[in-house]
Amino acid sequence: MPSSDYDPACLPDLLPLYYRRLFPFAQYYRWLNYGGVQKNYFQNREFSFTLKDDIYVRYQSFSSQSELEKEMQKMNPYKIDIGAVYSHRPNQHNTVKSGSFQALEKELVFDIDMTDYDDVRTCCSAADICSKCWTLMTIAIRILDRSLRQDFGFHHLLWVYSGRRGVHCWVCDEAARKLSAAARSAVAEYLSLIKGGEETVKKVVLTDPIHPFIRESLTVVKRYFPQYALQDQNILGRKESEEKVLALVPEDVKKELQEIFQEERNPERRWRHIEAQAKKKQTTAKKRQYFEKEIMLQYCYPRLDVNVSKGVNHLLKSPFSVHPKTGRISVPIDLKDVEKFDPFAVPTISLICEELDRPKADEDEAKSEDAKEKENEQDSAEKRKIRDYKRTSLAKYVKYFDQFLAEMADSWKGKLLRQSDLQKEF
Amino acid sequence: MQFSSKKPRAVTDLKAELYSQPLQFYAQPPLENISLSEFESFAVDRLKLLKTVENLGVSYVKLNDDYLKKLDNEIRTLNFPQDAKDQTEKRRKDHISHFILRLAYCQTEDLRRWFIQQEVDLFKYRFRKLDGGEKLEFLHKNNLQYNTISAEEKDNLREKLTISSSAASGVKVEEQDFYKVPFQDALDLVRTRKVYLKEGYAYIPHNEIVTIVLNDFRTRLSKALALTARSLPAVHSDERLQPLLNHLSHSYLGQDYSVQKNVGKISLEQIDSLAGKSFPLCMRQLHQALRDQHHLRHGGRMQYGLFLKGIGLSLEQALQFWRMEFIRGKVDADKFDKAYAYSIRHMFGKEGKRADYTPYSCMKVILSNPPSQGDYHGCPFRHSDPELLKQKLQSYKVSPSGVSQILELVKGMHYQLACQKYFELTHNQVEDTSFSLSHPNQYFTESQKVLGGGKDVKRETDTLQRPQENSAARGLTAAREPAVDESQHLAEITKNLETDFQDA
Repeated sequence: MPSSDYDPACLPDLLPLYYRRLFPFAQYYRWLNYGGVQKNYFQNREFSFTLKDDIYVRYQSFSSQSELEKEMQKMNPYKIDIGAVYSHRPNQHNTVKSGSFQALEKELVFDIDMTDYDDVRTCCSAADICSKCWTLMTIAIRILDRSLRQDFGFHHLLWVYSGRRGVHCWVCDEAARKLSAAARSAVAEYLSLIKGGEETVKKVVLTDPIHPFIRESLTVVKRYFPQYALQDQNILGRKESEEKVLALVPEDVKKELQEIFQEERNPERRWRHIEAQAKKKQTTAKKRQYFEKEIMLQYCYPRLDVNVSKGVNHLLKSPFSVHPKTGRISVPIDLKDVEKFDPFAVPTISLICEELDRPKADEDEAKSEDAKEKENEQDSAEKRKIRDYKRTSLAKYVKYFDQFLAEMADSWKGKLLRQSDLQKEF
Repeated sequence: MQFSSKKPRAVTDLKAELYSQPLQFYAQPPLENISLSEFESFAVDRLKLLKTVENLGVSYVKLNDDYLKKLDNEIRTLNFPQDAKDQTEKRRKDHISHFILRLAYCQTEDLRRWFIQQEVDLFKYRFRKLDGGEKLEFLHKNNLQYNTISAEEKDNLREKLTISSSAASGVKVEEQDFYKVPFQDALDLVRTRKVYLKEGYAYIPHNEIVTIVLNDFRTRLSKALALTARSLPAVHSDERLQPLLNHLSHSYLGQDYSVQKNVGKISLEQIDSLAGKSFPLCMRQLHQALRDQHHLRHGGRMQYGLFLKGIGLSLEQALQFWRMEFIRGKVDADKFDKAYAYSIRHMFGKEGKRADYTPYSCMKVILSNPPSQGDYHGCPFRHSDPELLKQKLQSYKVSPSGVSQILELVKGMHYQLACQKYFELTHNQVEDTSFSLSHPNQYFTESQKVLGGGKDVKRETDTLQRPQENSAARGLTAAREPAVDESQHLAEITKNLETDFQDA
């Protein structure tokens, strides 16, 4: 597997290389500039950097792509966060009259962190992840992506691997960027089904009637549940986990199931018993009848941190940022391949730096481009840089990012045309 | 509306366009000149209307038949717009009077709250009267991009709509219009997942739309009042307007009893009998508890103490009163002077930030700081257990039929009306109270008026009263509110306003 051993101690050497030859500045700028439709949108954007020795600097802003490049190459940040677009240039916020400096817009973002599922994961805990529990992220992406598009009407969603144990979603539609804090919090709450912390045993309670959103989400969960929960996590296979499941079931049903489980050992058949009991309850009682759905949701439904989504000025890790502990690049996730996405196959900074010197199979492609571009000496430095990431495992992720930007660009073109039309009138 | 960029039109055309809608959000202030007399008469009429809205809102279930009939009547009498034709003049009056009252009612939190509440109720009544098409037109003209969905679409989405609309309201999809609203305008419904969402739109049944529109109206008005308050100094500098505006805002409460009149006219010895005769039930209860326990907790001290200030107790009298009572209990003189005297002086504005606290209105007593175990403050009609309330009323010799009338009102949550009924039953010459009760001190003043012979007819019954009270009562009625010290024209207005509101 293409994963050169990463050693955090090497970061100081690797980062300069990364920022000089690999970081996709052109695409990055293209994204955050949003087609130049709004003046100073890029210039008023806050970035924050975590530098060596954990030095944290906020309110960084840049007036152009080249300034961004120069500064990042100078500072070599260990971590990059993206904040809001403010009313003034963030790096001049101290000169602004207090109260006037306001966060105006930002993408709507979501952060799904695997540690929030620790009470329902049996394979790992805390910062660890494995292929078994990664399914939770797949489920989360499927459910949230569907809802954000179909329920809320958003189109431009960028899903990004956080670099260690989760995923982020950046909703880049104009309408999303303009949402108020209240609206963001309302969206996040609409999407939240898991309530309660350490002390709460039963974290999902469904009441009649079941909202269409919950129904759709259940459809997704049901697809993954047998493999993920019954097999991989084996929630009904061992005494301890079996008890946790039964704790979510009404008392009378629990007793019956406990008896049945004395004989029945097979997890799939056990689950069918649970489903049968639920069906029985739905015909007789009107309360607490959806427990089999509640179990599935409690074990699989996405857990978001509402606080990340609420604030207009909240800072979130930037795509293509490096994760200092794992060395992995926060790469965009191609939704077409979400089932196959493997967090352990995501390139690390050490791998791609290495690949710079010994390019991958696309060597021929690189060579022919070399020839073509000899005619055009002017941009050769640029072009070389553009080719550089193409030699590495980063290529396919940047390509996907390009596609994402191209889709958005259509909406910018429309806006710019309309703007110029209006200007001509006066 | 940017008229400057369009070609100039005849004034009548402008007006016709402005007032072509039966209902408005009052987003744009009127731009014309009007005479001072129109200014005041418009304002006074609207104030009467809003007071009616308030009274009807307390007396009847909002929007039931009686409510609608009476409000219809009042609107016609006062010449405000109804749904007939030729409404331009009346709509103009509606427009202008709203903005004038904004000037008067933006100044304090209480005033704003009252004004917003009545305007929202009035708006609700008017919105309800529009037919489906007019409602849509209104929404669109005000940039609320809400559209009803076609019968076909409703059919396609029927199941989804049924299971997502607030189950409690038992909404039948067939019977209601559904509106498509951008989800950003229906956040409360989105947050609680009480609505069906599709491609960024919330599908909202008609009855919820009204809520959304009302909330929008309320929010806009609230913001507008805050802005208006900031530009008030400029308005107040106009000498013609200031007295009128002041009087308008005072008239709604009658008074807020913040400025003490008749200070020292009541002696401490009178309080016991006054408590039985002229105190509203809440204060009578507090007084009784104070006498029995020789103590009152903070909530009770505030409510009762400020009331006593309002009826005319001076600071010295108050200190003496409380001290005397507390000493009879567990508090020694020293402790009183250290702990309690400070807070009494505070009430009179002699300590701390020197704010002269105003006696609590009924709204405040009913809505804030509910009493818990060991408290005697609050509104007995609101906070007492009905059984206990019944016993108390019986012990105060209220007739059984009277008691049940009061309990009926309490059940319907008409606490102030219940208190008014209590007033009627304890002042046996009064049939229908001529005032609308909104303040305990108002109760006291009205009671004193009745007992002291405010109207000639009642003098005969006074002979049954003890001489003590009479002198006190007469003393109070003698010191009426002095005429406003301004130009005669305005003095007349203020007199007119007072009689207007006594008759209301």
